Amino acid sequence: MTAAGFLRAILAATLLLAGSGAGLVASAAGPAVDAARSGPCVEDPAVMRRSHMDFLKHDRDDTVRRGIRGIKHSLSACVDCHASKADGRVLGSEKHFCQGCHTYAAVKVDCFDCHASTARPSATAAAAAPGRTR
Amino acid sequence: MNPVDKRRREFFGQAAAIAGAMIAPGLMLYEYAQAGDGAARPRAPGEPVNSKVRWGMLIDTTKCAPGCRDCVDACNRENGLPGTTRATDSQWIRKVDLKDLKTGKAVSLPVLCQHCAEPPCVDVCPTGASFKREDGIVLVDRHTCIGCRYCMMACPYKARSFVHENTTGQSPDVPRGKGCVESCTLCVHKVDKGGTPSCVEACAAAGHQAIVFGDLNDPSSEISKRVRAAATTQLRADLRTDNGVRYQGL
Amino acid sequence: METRSARRAFWTLLAAGGAVLAVALGAAHYMEVHGHAVTGMNNQVVWGLPHVFAIFLIVAASGALNVASIGSVFGESDYKPHAPLSVLLTVALLAGGLMVLVLDLGRPERLVVAATHYNFRSIFAWNMILYNGLFAICALYLWALLERRLGRFARPVGLAAFAWRVILTTGTGSIFGFLVARQAYASGVIAPLFIALSLAWGLAIFHLAQWGLARLAGREPMDAELHARVRRLLAIFVIAALYFVAVHHLTNLYWAKQVAFERFILVSGAPYPALFWAGYVVLGSLVPLVLLFHPRLSGARATAAASVLVALGALAFLYVFIVGGQAFPLEIFPGYEAASTFGDGRADGYSPSLPEFLLGLGGLAASFLIALAGARALPILAPAKVAIAAPAPAK
Ligand code: HEC
Ligand code: HEC
Ligand code: HEC
Repeated sequence: MTAAGFLRAILAATLLLAGSGAGLVASAAGPAVDAARSGPCVEDPAVMRRSHMDFLKHDRDDTVRRGIRGIKHSLSACVDCHASKADGRVLGSEKHFCQGCHTYAAVKVDCFDCHASTARPSATAAAAAPGRTR
Repeated sequence: MNPVDKRRREFFGQAAAIAGAMIAPGLMLYEYAQAGDGAARPRAPGEPVNSKVRWGMLIDTTKCAPGCRDCVDACNRENGLPGTTRATDSQWIRKVDLKDLKTGKAVSLPVLCQHCAEPPCVDVCPTGASFKREDGIVLVDRHTCIGCRYCMMACPYKARSFVHENTTGQSPDVPRGKGCVESCTLCVHKVDKGGTPSCVEACAAAGHQAIVFGDLNDPSSEISKRVRAAATTQLRADLRTDNGVRYQGL
Repeated sequence: METRSARRAFWTLLAAGGAVLAVALGAAHYMEVHGHAVTGMNNQVVWGLPHVFAIFLIVAASGALNVASIGSVFGESDYKPHAPLSVLLTVALLAGGLMVLVLDLGRPERLVVAATHYNFRSIFAWNMILYNGLFAICALYLWALLERRLGRFARPVGLAAFAWRVILTTGTGSIFGFLVARQAYASGVIAPLFIALSLAWGLAIFHLAQWGLARLAGREPMDAELHARVRRLLAIFVIAALYFVAVHHLTNLYWAKQVAFERFILVSGAPYPALFWAGYVVLGSLVPLVLLFHPRLSGARATAAASVLVALGALAFLYVFIVGGQAFPLEIFPGYEAASTFGDGRADGYSPSLPEFLLGLGGLAASFLIALAGARALPILAPAKVAIAAPAPAK
């Protein structure tokens, strides 16, 4: 496991303990989704709902062109956090996190042509842990 | 640029300037202290790559066993490539078997992106998707690649592949997909975290030690010492692309 | 006044062209959904049939401007009535060629990226500016030619168009000429070669269009004396192109010492030698020259036949140039014999598939449609009095 992955797992585990039993508030926009989340989002959810595409597109140049890893708005990190408890994915049905809204809003997002839509094994292990509900 | 971006950028610009002024002297000392043991100084998190480093590879063909494909297999595994060899399949690294036409001497060696200092693929790319990072790694930004394949026409080493079909089973660290050109990234996702390209690791694990990876700009790195000590060649040196990958025993 | 049969012929042709274009768009969609795996192109031959058609159309586009240039720039007033068609054809051919080029991209939906991200060191990016510029200049040119009040602008705009298209064809040739790594292309002769080719191919298309449109309108194509001159001009351009092709191969042989490559293309690397000699040299150049020079074949139909052959020869030439040039193994290890799983040291196969062929045809169809519709919508054909005043040409 990489150092970053290890840190993420620790973080996830801590937050898991802290947040067990505390259900997350369902969003007002968009359909109900089945997502396993292990901590607060990287931005305020309200901001995120509106601006996640801009954040993603802005930060990706930092990784791709300038070699900065662990960017704040990392797509693989979104996937790790937002993957479904059931199958570890963010795509597949309207219940999946990144798909539900986009189908609802009729936007075509091509990122997952290339990017894995499945959480890393380490992240799914955390997501599969008991005691977490949406 | 949208307002959020702009604000963020301004904020980070100021923050970085202040932080830079505060920690730069410390960093320089740190770098100085590190220079002795041949290890490249790991970048601080959030610090962009810079041209103080030039990543390179030295491939010792005398240690490369004919028929051994460990580096190729490791590359395929790490980068989620299918590993099949139809004419439309991607091959980021391939084993080439050579026979000297005069002497009949046989040589076996891996060929991959040579990470040129003057990469022809970067010159010809219409959108600037082909680019060279400050630290010498030549990449395709698959977010701006339109799939015209002009870089493949321009590459003297046939190092690039075009993704001809839908991809499945990508690694979360190595996105790749249909319609874009791709090639060896020197395992940039690992190197950025202080790691080593998978082909190099596999070659070492198999006991061949035919590939050395390191910083060509650091005089104390193993690769620099080896390049100084023995005669090495760059492929198609006549084109003056100044490759980051060098070969020994060719 | 248009006869009923002429009107019917127009709509039939429009429908036929539209059908071909529709099929081509379907083929392009199929290629995009399934990826280039459904074409014959691969990691060794990365540019295939679509590029043969696209480059043909783009190179011919520049040459189609010949007649207008002769009229506006070199002041030959006999040519002036034909200038609008000449300009229209340039626009039509360029649009068709670019359509093919764009639809063949791995990610055609990212075309906006090509418009917003520019690498100014790339010949390709420069060409995009040149292509768009030619559209703009041709639009102005056409306007100046057709609108009486703007007549005085025809000459300066024509001059700009002339300069622009010479640069444009140089740019198109340089797409290949700058590929220093490849035995087939690295050569300074390629830019002038492309200019010579463009003169011949564009004039051939002009002859064909002129002939076809006149037939559609039920009248004689062109004043006989002028026709004889334009005919001779086509012959001269075909010879000039042959000359530059010969120079290209000879410099490769004697100066650049690309003997192995030349042997491959001209002698041993089937199917390329057959396409080159039989397709380009004999059918695409020598037979047209006979048709154009033979005193007994001076009619418009012989010119049209020669033009068709020149165009087919052009496709053969480009197939050899583009596909054959890539099929020849890249020399990475001089002095060694190489073998690998990635085609090192061996000539690569390429068998074009139906979808990519259809896409290429679609480019021709798009050009055809633009020319046909443009010629109907705009007063493109030379005024009828020119034809009436002329003596009936000998058939
Ligand atoms: C550390 C885990 C984590 C990461 C990383 C993360 N999120 Fe979140 N995200 C959450 C949680 C938890 C919520 C739910 C907050 C709530 O609903 O109140 C959330 C909420 C959201 C929402 C609002 C959803 C709604 O229905 O209102 C969006 C949109 C979102 N995230 C997108 C992203 C994107 C895009 C990324 C990657 C840049 C990302 N998230 C990264 C944990 C994460
Ligand atoms: C054609 C393939 C492809 C597509 C499509 C694609 N990406 Fe990427 N993306 C990549 C590659 C390759 C990298 C580089 C990974 C690396 O260097 O580690 C990357 C890296 C990134 C990164 C930084 C790494 C990370 O995981 O955070 C972000 C952010 C990102 N992409 C966002 C996006 C977004 C948003 C989209 C959709 C709008 C998208 N990408 C579409 C191939 C693609
Ligand atoms: C709360 C609903 C919601 C959720 C959850 C959500 N999105 Fe979005 N997303 C949207 C909307 C709405 C748009 C369209 C915004 C627009 O066009 O202005 C969008 C657009 C995007 C775009 C830009 C598409 C383009 O090319 O313009 C990207 C990239 C994106 N989303 C990525 C993600 C990812 C990755 C996730 C999962 C981590 C995600 N989104 C989850 C609502 C959502």
